[in-house]
Amino acid sequence: MDFQTAVFFFLSAILVFAALRVITARNPVYAALHLMLAFFTTGGLWLMLQAEFLAIALIVVYVGAVMVLFLFVVMMLDINIDRIREGFWRYLPLGAVLGLVMVLEMGLVLGSKYFQVPISEVVVPAGVSNTKEIGALLVTDYVFPFELAAVILLVGMIAAVVLTFRGRKASKISNPNTQVFVKAKDRVRVLQMPVEKD
Amino acid sequence: MLTLSLSHFLILGAILFAIAVVGIFLNRKNLIVLLMAIELMLLAVNMNFVAFSHFLGDLSGQVFVFFILAVAAAEAAIGLAILIVLFRNLKSIHVDDLGSLKG
Repeated sequence: MDFQTAVFFFLSAILVFAALRVITARNPVYAALHLMLAFFTTGGLWLMLQAEFLAIALIVVYVGAVMVLFLFVVMMLDINIDRIREGFWRYLPLGAVLGLVMVLEMGLVLGSKYFQVPISEVVVPAGVSNTKEIGALLVTDYVFPFELAAVILLVGMIAAVVLTFRGRKASKISNPNTQVFVKAKDRVRVLQMPVEKD
Repeated sequence: MLTLSLSHFLILGAILFAIAVVGIFLNRKNLIVLLMAIELMLLAVNMNFVAFSHFLGDLSGQVFVFFILAVAAAEAAIGLAILIVLFRNLKSIHVDDLGSLKG
């Protein structure tokens, strides 16, 4: 087992452990923190695959932005943990069996010798940066999807703001139209009261 | 001599995906962990894309992962916004309390 393979198994062990903790953690805050660990480890694995730009983007975007958003939301909400955990042990056997079957099936297919891709002869020449290559692809072949992704992000931002916007509740706006048409009898009510006698 | 092959990364992605599916089974009442399980699934898919991109020597896979990251970020933002609105209206995010659309 060479050094690269050892690093791969080390990182994947951490990754699987973190993923398992995400789905079994009792407190959602711990789940979010372990998800951060999972993203971080995946960044390391992608570095091994020579995808430096994506590894850094994953850490910056996910660990830095999305997971912090998750943590904020989890800490803001008042969650009843006991109520939310009900059904956990009831569905554990079914879920575990299903997961094992899925892993077995996919492992049999993906690990078979007919599925192997020969390691490509395309060797990255020295001095060519992965970021530069992706940037060149993004603004030539994929320029339209790139702009579409920008629109999607804008839509997501506007949607998040609109959904959580509450507006001003106690605004004292007066409507001149209704003020002009108001009559005295709308405002003043004259009551007839009988005179009280002792 | 054991060297890294495409299958290693694909099987790791499969394991991650299966863990996420099991997580959806276990945490059916917990919307936040459901969202996290979906993020794990996307991570497994991205792992496959990057692995194929490396072993086939084609950078298009990495560009695809870039787009998946963008869409996933937007999805997480909108999902969490919906969660907050839900909590504001119901004072709970329990799945069983969300039956108001039932006839």
